[in-house]
Amino acid sequence: MNLTLKIWRQKNANDKGKMVDYPISDISPDMSFLEMLDVLNEQLINKGEEPVAFDHDCREGICGMCSLYINGEAHGPDRGVTTCQLHMRMFKDGDTIYIEPFRAAAFPVIKDLVVDRSAFDRIQHAGGFISVNTSGNTIDANAIPVNKHDADDAFAAATCIGCGACVASCKNSSAMLFVGAKVSQFALLPQGQVEATDRVLNMVKQMDEEGFGNCTNTGACEVECPKGISLENIARMNREYLKASLKG
Amino acid sequence: MSGILNSSIGRKFAMALSALFLMIFLLQHFVINFSSVISADAFNNMSHFMGTNWLIQYVMQPVLILGVIFHFVMGFVLEIKNKKARNISYAKNNGGANSSWMSRNMIYSGLFILIFLVIHFIDFWIPEINTKYIQGDMSGLLPNGEYRYYEELVHKFAPIWRVALYCLGFVFLSLHLLHGFMSAFQSVGANNKYTQGLKGFGKAYAIIIPLGFIVIALFHHFNH
Repeated sequence: MNLTLKIWRQKNANDKGKMVDYPISDISPDMSFLEMLDVLNEQLINKGEEPVAFDHDCREGICGMCSLYINGEAHGPDRGVTTCQLHMRMFKDGDTIYIEPFRAAAFPVIKDLVVDRSAFDRIQHAGGFISVNTSGNTIDANAIPVNKHDADDAFAAATCIGCGACVASCKNSSAMLFVGAKVSQFALLPQGQVEATDRVLNMVKQMDEEGFGNCTNTGACEVECPKGISLENIARMNREYLKASLKG
Repeated sequence: MSGILNSSIGRKFAMALSALFLMIFLLQHFVINFSSVISADAFNNMSHFMGTNWLIQYVMQPVLILGVIFHFVMGFVLEIKNKKARNISYAKNNGGANSSWMSRNMIYSGLFILIFLVIHFIDFWIPEINTKYIQGDMSGLLPNGEYRYYEELVHKFAPIWRVALYCLGFVFLSLHLLHGFMSAFQSVGANNKYTQGLKGFGKAYAIIIPLGFIVIALFHHFNH
């Protein structure tokens, strides 16, 4: 496959940045998208040019590290996959592919396609945990009965890998699907009840302070989420937040 | 509870509550207006009741006006905040791949509805306030002793340009409701086993009510 790549290049956080064209040839349709970028970077290094910086780690769709806004969609045109699981067979010979970083004021660009997603870490620190006594008297989680339906929903919410595709896809750069999932995974389980009030209030407060936008229920996040996190989690977070606000 | 309106979820909730209130109002407005297609007397009687009942005039009317103003102001405030949340736009964005046109353009459909409402207020509400509260005529009667409401309605829909303008306004109302109905329920946290059914009801509401208003406007234009 011969392709034209239009890639966002930005030297550092202070640089203005611009789209740069890179023709690339002899790409196998069986390559992953990141492997295609590896090929491009090898060519750039051989020519003495600066390689394109992009995030990646596990390359098997579970770490949430890879990002990229490809042809106008987070993680590209395929559904239920991260960029590392996207394959070049999704494109046609002769295509022009736009490759941009996830855009949000709360996700500033560090270099090229690498963005700082530590806002998500700070939201997690604000309440995305349960406090468990680990001094040797820890109760086995399996000893606590949990309704099967709730356990399944909690597990589904916990599959969120925090990649930020929801923020990147949302026209408002809202982080509510991420926060909704993180609130839900505990709100549905008995272990999460003790800190439920503080958790949702603190996580939403942190989310707002980070500068994410407001959810307008377009549903783009749910469609683009590589893990299929449901909008039900946002509705649950809204309920939890209102309940907590009335209590607190 | 303090500062709930300063939070993103609190604002969403307030926006949704005002939307639900406005949708209930729209339904009763539609029922009364549609009666004009069936019976002039029924429309006259209901209009006179609504126009002279103290609870509706002095309690519900101000609440409605505040609700409309709140919904628009909050809509614009949220839009400005949301625009700020993405300081650099994408060079290529394929919004149609993951969301409906209606959901992405609520601010524009809302803006057209606002323009329509200003025209609607000038056409109906201001003359009504003038007759009742400035000229002091609470009788609701014409010089010939008949109720004036049906006659005024028919008279308003005589010019084709106004009918066309109203029809366009109702199209934007429909587009707004096609996303807004379900969005309001999602914002108040109602996403459960009833959601699928509610989605269908919402779509029916968003199409039938504006279409009904269009039928009313066309009926009075072509029947008189």
